Amino acid sequence: MTNSASKPTAASPVLPQITDHSRIGIFQGLWPFAIGIILAALMYAILPNAIGQYYSRIVIDIGIAMIMAVSLNIVNGLTGQFSIGHAGFMTLGGYAAGMITYYGSLLLWDSQAKHGGFLGAGDWMFVASCLVGGLVAAAAGYLVGLPSLRLRGDYLAIVTLGFGEILRVVLQNTGKVLEDSAALRSAKWSQLIPPPVGGALGFDAIPKYTNLFWVYVFLTFTVVIAYRLKQSSLGRAMISVREDEIASQAMGVNVARYKVLAFVLAAFFAGIAGGLFAHESGLNISPNDAGFQRSFDYVIMTVLGGRGSITGVMLAAMILTALPEVLRDFEQYRLIVFALLLIIMMLVRPQGLFGIKEIWQIWPGTGRRTAS
Amino acid sequence: MHSRKLAFGNLMKLLRSFAVTGCGLVLVVLAIGGCNKTATDSNEILIGHYASLTGSQATFGNATDTAVHMAVEEINAAGGINGKKMRLITYDDKGDKREAGTTVTRLITKDKVVAVLGEVASGLSLAAAPICQENGVPMLSPSSTNPKVTKVGDMIFRCCFIDPFQGAVCARFAVEHPKLKAKTAAILYDQSAPYSVGLQEEFEKAFVKLKGEIVLKQTYQEGDQDFSAQLTAIRGSKPDVIFIPGYYTEVGSIAVQARKLGIETPMLGGDGWESPKLGEVAGKAFNGCYYSNHYSSQDPNPRIQDFIKKYKAKYNETPEAMAALGYDATYILAEAIKRAKSLSGKDIAAEIAKTKDFDGVTGKITIDADRNAVKAAVMLEMKDGVATYVSTIQPGM
Amino acid sequence: MADFVQTLMTALAIGSLYALIALGYTMVYGILKFINFAHSDIVVLGSWISYSLAIKILPVLGLNPHNPETPPPLWVGAVVLLLSMVICGLIGFVIERLAYKPLRRAARLNVLITAIGVSLLLQNVGQLTFVFGSSPQKMPSLIQDRELIRLAFSSGENAQVVVVGLVDVMIFVTSAVLMLVLEYLVFRTKLGTAMRAVSYNPDSASLMGVPVDRVVSFTFVLGSALAAAAGFLFVLKYPTVQQPAHFIWVLLGLKAFVAAVIGGIGNVRGAVLGGFVIAFVEQFGAFYISPNYKDVYVFALLIMILLVRPTGLLGSPLQEKV
Repeated sequence: MTNSASKPTAASPVLPQITDHSRIGIFQGLWPFAIGIILAALMYAILPNAIGQYYSRIVIDIGIAMIMAVSLNIVNGLTGQFSIGHAGFMTLGGYAAGMITYYGSLLLWDSQAKHGGFLGAGDWMFVASCLVGGLVAAAAGYLVGLPSLRLRGDYLAIVTLGFGEILRVVLQNTGKVLEDSAALRSAKWSQLIPPPVGGALGFDAIPKYTNLFWVYVFLTFTVVIAYRLKQSSLGRAMISVREDEIASQAMGVNVARYKVLAFVLAAFFAGIAGGLFAHESGLNISPNDAGFQRSFDYVIMTVLGGRGSITGVMLAAMILTALPEVLRDFEQYRLIVFALLLIIMMLVRPQGLFGIKEIWQIWPGTGRRTAS
Repeated sequence: MHSRKLAFGNLMKLLRSFAVTGCGLVLVVLAIGGCNKTATDSNEILIGHYASLTGSQATFGNATDTAVHMAVEEINAAGGINGKKMRLITYDDKGDKREAGTTVTRLITKDKVVAVLGEVASGLSLAAAPICQENGVPMLSPSSTNPKVTKVGDMIFRCCFIDPFQGAVCARFAVEHPKLKAKTAAILYDQSAPYSVGLQEEFEKAFVKLKGEIVLKQTYQEGDQDFSAQLTAIRGSKPDVIFIPGYYTEVGSIAVQARKLGIETPMLGGDGWESPKLGEVAGKAFNGCYYSNHYSSQDPNPRIQDFIKKYKAKYNETPEAMAALGYDATYILAEAIKRAKSLSGKDIAAEIAKTKDFDGVTGKITIDADRNAVKAAVMLEMKDGVATYVSTIQPGM
Repeated sequence: MADFVQTLMTALAIGSLYALIALGYTMVYGILKFINFAHSDIVVLGSWISYSLAIKILPVLGLNPHNPETPPPLWVGAVVLLLSMVICGLIGFVIERLAYKPLRRAARLNVLITAIGVSLLLQNVGQLTFVFGSSPQKMPSLIQDRELIRLAFSSGENAQVVVVGLVDVMIFVTSAVLMLVLEYLVFRTKLGTAMRAVSYNPDSASLMGVPVDRVVSFTFVLGSALAAAAGFLFVLKYPTVQQPAHFIWVLLGLKAFVAAVIGGIGNVRGAVLGGFVIAFVEQFGAFYISPNYKDVYVFALLIMILLVRPTGLLGSPLQEKV
C-alpha cells in the first residue's frame, strides 16, 4: 500500500472517517456478504413463483446490468478514466466461462446439459467458471490498462473501444463448437486453436445455470467490494487520480499503478457478469456482444447514476434496464429519450444524479460525512 | 474496538442500501406490471409474434409481420378459429438476441399466448426457442433455415426448407444448369451471419459431392460496403460460378463492384437475396445471376396470384418471400389450433406436427418427423433487375 | 501486379473519404479538445439528405428516381452536393450552439459524453419512420459510372485489366479540391489565422480580439459541410444507403477518427495523411492477409502508433494546430 492515506493517530481527530475506513480490509467483516447471500436465496425461493418468469428474468437482467455498471464505475467514476469497451471484457469473460462449463460438462459427464440441482456439482462448476471468466477478463484488463500509462482521456477511450472491436472480429473467426464428448476427445490441436466457440453463430450450447441466486450473490460481492474499495486508501488514491493527476503524483500516488489496477478490477467483475450473461437462458453469447453498442449502455448508466456513486449507478442500471420493458409500446422513442437524458444531464447536472455520494448521504438529516 | 463500531455503522449503511435497492426493484416490477395489463378475453386466442421491426434486418421482419397481420385479419373475417377471434401480439426484438429472449418470455409468461411465431434470422430463433421449449409453448418459425433451430426440441417447428436442402439445390443447379455447367466455384460469404455461414457449408458439401471443386473462399461482414479486396482475389482464381449466400443489402453492392472489376462470372445465392431492393441496387449488373427461393411472385398458380393481389391492394408493394412464409405460417398455426382438442401447447404442437400437404403460397407443405417443412424450392434468374422464374426443385431429388 | 494496382486504386478512393471525415474530427479537436462523436452522424445525415434530395429532384426532371434510364445532367449532382453541405453545415451550427457551447468551460469528459448523447439522438431520430426510416435505400445514380482509364497488365491468356471508373476519380478529385480549399482557408486567410489562434490558446485569442464563439461555430459549420460532402461521395460510390443507426456508420466514423489520431489529432495535414494510411493498411491487409480481420488491422495500427508516438505521425505540441 502506498502512504497516501494518513496514519491513524490520535492526533488527527479531524479525519477519523478516513483513518478508520482505511483499516477495514476488503474482506474484513463478512456480515454484508452473509446478508447478501441470504437475500439472494430468498429471492431465488420466492420471486419466480411470486412474480412469474418474465419479471424474474428482468430482475436477473437488472442484476447483471448492476454488476456491469458498478464495475465500470471503478474505472470511469472513481479513477476518472473513460472506458467505452466494457462490454468487451464481459464478452471475453462470458466466452471463457462458457468454454469451461460446456467442455467441462462434456468431459466430466458426457453431456452438455445442466448437471445436478441447486448447489449441485454443475452449479459449483458454473461458479468456478464465472470466477475464471473474471480472471481472464482481468488479464485483458491489465493489457488494455497498460496504454493508460501513456495515454490520457480521449485517447484511452479510443483504445478501449478498439479493444472491443478487435475482440469482436477475433471471436467471429473462431471455430465450430464441438458437438459431443467423442468429438472433443478426438479433436486435434488444429481444431482447438482458435478455440471452438462457434464463430459468428455465437456460443449457443452453453448449459443455462444462471438464476436469481447466483446473480445476486455475485452482485453482493461486487457491490460490497466496490464500496469498501471506495472507502479504503486505495479508493481515495483513485479519486485523487481522478481529481488531479499531477497533484496526486506529487503527493506520492503511483498514478499509473492505480489506473491499471482500476482496469483490472473493473474487468474482473465484468468478466463475472459475462459468465452470468453467457449462462442465462434465452441468450446465446455471440461476438456482437463485444461491440461498442453494448458498451455504450453501461457508460450511460454510470453517467446518469453519478460517476463514483455505487448506489447511484445501481439505481441507473435498474431504471435503464427496466424502462425499455415499460416503454415497449414506444419502442422507437426509447433511445431518443435516453439520448436527450444524457445531453440534458450533462448540461444541468454533469456529475450525474448522485455525484459521488451514495443514496443515504443525500437523505436529508444524514449530513455530509464523506468528502465528495 | 473502535473500528468494529464503525464497521457496524458501515454494515447499517449497506443494509440500508440493500433495502433501497430492494424497494426500487419492487417498484420497478410494479411499474411494469401496472403499466400494460393485457386484457384476457376468453373469446380470443392470443398468438405471439417476435420479429426485427427495427435494426439491420428490419425489412425481413416488417414484411413477415405485415403478412402475419393480413392472415390474422382474413382468418378473423372468415369467422376466426372455432368461433374465437385470433389476436396477435407483435414485439420488436431489434435483431438482438437478448431482446428476442426477453420478448418471447414476455409473450409466454405475461401475455400467455398459446403459440409463438418467429423469427426470420436463425440466430434469433435459436436464442428464443429454448424458452418456448421449456414452457411447452409451440413455436413456428416462418423462415429460419438453419437446421439447429428445430433440434432444440419437440415444440419447435418451421414452415420453410432447411439449409442442407437449399445448399444442395444450389449446388445441383450450378452443376446441371445448361448456362452454368460449373466445375469450379468460389464462395463469398458473410461471416457474421449464422445463415450465411451455415448455407455456404452445405453448398460446399453438396458441390464437392457432385465432383465440383471450391477454388477459393472469401468472407465479408454485415454492413461492409467495399468488397474490392475479396473480389480481386476471386477474379484471380477464375471460378465458373461465385456462390454468395448473403443478404440482399450487401449482395447488391457485391454484384455492382464485381462487374466494375470486370468479373462476368455468374453469381448464385440463396433466399437472403429476396427483396425488391436487390434489383433496384444492382439492376443490369445482376443479369445471369440465380438464386433459390421459397416462391416466385411470377408463378401463375391462382393461390399465389390471389395472395399477391390482396397484399398489393393493401400495402401497395409486391410481397417478398418472407411475407409469403409469414402468411403460410399463420395459416398452418391457425389450422392446427382449429384441429387441436384444447389450447394446451402439447395439443397444438401435436397438430402442427400432423400438417400434411398444406396448400400454401410457398407450395405444398408437409411437416416431417424432425419438425421441418418438406417442400420444393424455386430457382429464379435475375433479368434486368427482375427475378424471373426458372425451375422448381422438388424435395428428395 | 494488376491486383496490386487495383487494390491501390480502391485504397486511394476510400482513403480520400476517410480523410474528408477525419478533417472534421481533427478541426473540432484542435479547437475544443474533445472527440466529436456525433461527427459520423453528420456523415450519415449528409448521405440521407443527398438521397432525399435526389429522389425529389429527379422526378422534376422527368426521370425515374429509382432507376434513371438516362443519367441526369451533371449539375444535379453538384446541386445535391452543395445543398446537403449547406444543410449539414446549419445542423452542425445548431448542435454546437445548443449542446456544446454551454459546456465550453466544463470538463472534457462531460463534453465527450454529450457528444455521445448527440450521436445517439441523431441516429435514433433519423431512424424514425417519418424521418428517414429504418430500412436501407438505394441512392439513384446521379453520375453514370464509366470507364476512364483501362490499364492492361501482361498479355495473352492471362491478361488482367484494371479499370479506373469515373466515380472513383470524381471522389478523389472532389475531396482533393475540398482539402485544398480548406488548406487555403486555414493557412492563408484571416479567419484561418483566427482558428489557429483559438486552437493555440482560446483565452489569449479572445484577449486579442478574436471572436472565439464565432470562430468555433464556423469550425463546426466547416467540419459538418465536409462531412456532408463525404456522405454524398460515399453513397455515390456505395449506393446502398444504410439506415441511420446502422453500425457501419459508426465504424466509418471510428476509422476516420483513427485516421485523425494517427496523423496527429489537431493537425489538418495529418488527418489527410492518416486517412490514406488507414485506407492502405485496411485494403492491402484485406487483400494480402485476410479480409476477415480488416477492422483489426486498423485498430491494431492505432494502438501501436499511440504507444510509440502518442501524438501521432505529424502531431507535436509545437506544430501549428487548427
